[in-house]
Amino acid sequence: MSLKGPRKQAGRGSARPRRVQLVHLAHARSGDKGDTANVGLIARKPEYYPLLKRAVTAARVARHFRGMITGPVERYELPNLHALNFLLHGALGGGGTLSLQTDAQGKVFSTALLRMDVTVPGRMRVG
Amino acid sequence: MTSPTTVRIASGQGFWGDWLEAPVRQVEGGPIDYLMMDYLAEVTMSIMQKQRARDSALGYAKDFVPLMQRLLPRLVERGIRVTANAGGVNPGACARAVVDTARDLGLAGRVRVGVVGGDDILDRLDELLARGHRLENMDTGASLEAVREHVQSANAYLGAGPVLAALQQDALIVVTGRVTDTGLTLAPMLHAFGWAADDWDRLAAGTVAGHIIECGAQCTGGNCLLDWERIEGMADPGYPIIEACPDGSFVVTKHPDTGGIVSVPSVTEQLVYEMGDPRNYITPDCIADFTTIRLEQAGPNRVRVSGVRGRPATEFLKVSISYHHGYKAVGTLVYAWPDAYAKAQKADRILRERLDRLGLRFEKTLTEFVGVNATHGPLAGAPSADLPEVQLRVGVRARERPPVERFTREIAPLILNGPPSVTGFAGGRPKVEEIVAYWPALVPKSEIRPTVEMLDA
Repeated sequence: MSLKGPRKQAGRGSARPRRVQLVHLAHARSGDKGDTANVGLIARKPEYYPLLKRAVTAARVARHFRGMITGPVERYELPNLHALNFLLHGALGGGGTLSLQTDAQGKVFSTALLRMDVTVPGRMRVG
Repeated sequence: MTSPTTVRIASGQGFWGDWLEAPVRQVEGGPIDYLMMDYLAEVTMSIMQKQRARDSALGYAKDFVPLMQRLLPRLVERGIRVTANAGGVNPGACARAVVDTARDLGLAGRVRVGVVGGDDILDRLDELLARGHRLENMDTGASLEAVREHVQSANAYLGAGPVLAALQQDALIVVTGRVTDTGLTLAPMLHAFGWAADDWDRLAAGTVAGHIIECGAQCTGGNCLLDWERIEGMADPGYPIIEACPDGSFVVTKHPDTGGIVSVPSVTEQLVYEMGDPRNYITPDCIADFTTIRLEQAGPNRVRVSGVRGRPATEFLKVSISYHHGYKAVGTLVYAWPDAYAKAQKADRILRERLDRLGLRFEKTLTEFVGVNATHGPLAGAPSADLPEVQLRVGVRARERPPVERFTREIAPLILNGPPSVTGFAGGRPKVEEIVAYWPALVPKSEIRPTVEMLDA
């Protein structure tokens, strides 16, 4: 996996909180239901799940995708799988065959979510 | 009667168009009891409906018949049974073709084909509407009246019940119309273990198993993001196999000496695929609660699944209705360095001005710059000034065909009369596509009568 610049490099805990890109903390898969894309966000390690739950709220995800989706964002928790499921409504330009988008079925919306930065406590080791 | 301790259900096809070798490898690569194959996506039904309108012997997944020709001798010899929704909108014709194939192979008297139908309600729509079933769009709430005259196909999603009935009547091959992907996996478990129709936890467990394997290799390393670069052997990926136990727990695995991986992350990625509310995964058979699933790595390429809880099924079946919406076309051109992105943007502005001057009206026009923003939009940030190339991709959609047709003739001229350094038009003029859109609705179960019929070779 290619990583972005030094600011977002995964690394050992330092004293201060730092910004880490979600791709270092989670993996994801997405799919579609009509004009709604779903993004399942899965913690890379179980100990990351509480951080994801705290930081990656429905409101934060709605802000992240501003301009890319026309409807609301819903979030569901799956603590048993250390995963969150997001429904992004109005994400697919009409959905299915109506959509003109390259990603008409939302297959890679998951990777767009992984671009988000979250604040990680200084004591938490990532990677 | 003693129940078997485990039943092996192999997935051989995740959609119509999936790897042709997969079902053969599932049969040849080790012990299995059932081969399950999913052929139907929403848009597939309308394509099949059109094929049947032209020829009453068509309207099913044609690939299924040559596949059966290849597999039937081994299936008969080893008693491996098949559940497949390859029947599309004409399961009877598909089953008859399989029966003919069996006879040609000299297997007369040894192959019984079960046919599951009753899902096709296209001819009953007006009757249903007249009796007050509005078949509202589940997403928008609109009444079906809005698109009634454009409807091309209408099928209720049937569950495991009629597939089970066919297995109980000794069908070796069960060919169905619109049966849910999960029902094709659950039915063999119901048959093998005799679970009660209201044993909701076990029905939910079988449903979760079905969801895990319904997309073929997508749970065994295919499309797996976690550590994707370290997943070996993907030229020959193992497709998933469920080893089901009578108590509802099961193991997801694959044949030995195949590529890919079965791990907690690979299975988790598939579990969240196309998920809505995880506590309410609704099928005709039950409601499964995905927040109760427990996964553990039980050995190399073995994931054990347990703890699944379920609740009673609803009184409704989902209906998949397809209707003609209009037309669309997508045109692309590739612009090269220097200033690749700026050239592509300029070409887009020129194209749009020409479309305006022609007075063409579209319901929607969308421009994407592939390599810059097509999949991540503004989240991708500003592109490098040094991009070697950018693909301009413009799509249009309209109710009528003529403006879309005219649009397809406005792309190629840009090669000679637009910005420089342009290539990538070898495919010729863009194709006008008919848009067959999808209308999800609900109908009471009491209105749908599944049919089960046996044909002997």
